[in-house]
Amino acid sequence: MSPDGLPSSDALADWKPDVLGVEGRVLPVVTAPAEVLSRVGAEVDPADPEIVQLAADLVATMRVSPGCVGLAAPQVGVGAQVFVVDVTQHPKTATSHGTFVLCNARVVEASRWRPGREGCMSVPDLTGDVKRAGRVVVEAVLPGTGEAVRLTTDAFEARALQHEIDHCAGKLFLDRVAGAHAVYQRKVYL
Amino acid sequence: MNELAITVIGPDRTGIVADVSEALAGVGANLSDSTMTRLRGHFAMTLICTGPSAADVEKALEPLSGLLATVRAVEPESEAGAGGEPYLVSVHGADRLGIVAAVTRVVADVGGNITDLTTRLTGPLYVLIAEVELPADSAEDLAVRLAEAADELGVEVTLRRAESDVL
Repeated sequence: MSPDGLPSSDALADWKPDVLGVEGRVLPVVTAPAEVLSRVGAEVDPADPEIVQLAADLVATMRVSPGCVGLAAPQVGVGAQVFVVDVTQHPKTATSHGTFVLCNARVVEASRWRPGREGCMSVPDLTGDVKRAGRVVVEAVLPGTGEAVRLTTDAFEARALQHEIDHCAGKLFLDRVAGAHAVYQRKVYL
Repeated sequence: MNELAITVIGPDRTGIVADVSEALAGVGANLSDSTMTRLRGHFAMTLICTGPSAADVEKALEPLSGLLATVRAVEPESEAGAGGEPYLVSVHGADRLGIVAAVTRVVADVGGNITDLTTRLTGPLYVLIAEVELPADSAEDLAVRLAEAADELGVEVTLRRAESDVL
């Protein structure tokens, strides 16, 4: 617990995918247009073995995808509020909490809005200019234990969290582009 | 399957896009990539369609009064090679003849490919924004050349990487 009595992000400091205790499977990534990407994901029971397996699968699928810094359940065809993030290797990262999976995440505070151009594995041929908060506070629960976490972060990790939370709400970056001229054909692949 | 390049331009009014796209849909023309924008009170549409013959589309657009339309058959896109590195060129300054010509010539000279470009003139201020794809390691050279060109033109220019992050 943090001094103000709220659950803190300390729980994340010790969190490793190993604690899920199951082997992750690499799942195919769904691309738009696909109904699951535009559907609001269901809130999940973090202790449900299927959700624990899903969490491990998301980690495994992210790991085999070059340059991937986050993956949400709808992107592997599951309409659920679960996602993985790992921005540790990204040059724009300031604060990082390592690899972690969150369930039922909500942005509870957002500030320092700034534009940036982002792409998505589920929209492989386009990028778009999207304004995101440069600082967010996110509340969620951890898969398996169901422990509540409250995470404060910034910069690239903040952007990644907002992108993944959007996926869980059935939204793509295309739903947030800055204007009619803010979508671009993407030709450079990682 | 016929691929058609269509342009439509006319004085801006409500309903132009609806009228044109309805006419196209009516003859089974499937709209793929398009860009439509208002340019100094004229509404301009450039679009690629597939489906009917050019003659059928011309006939369908003819009744739309006040609009100037052109339709021509084109070859489908050849398998595009890998693009270059994406950059953004911004130019602004006092309007004068030849800004676009000078700036885009410099881009072409380093092998840069312009993929999108917009210019706006408001009062005395001229603004040019271009998306360009550059060959590897040519950005520094281009930045120097652009600075020289901008100096001669008396305008400000910036070249920055149009970075995108895959999430």
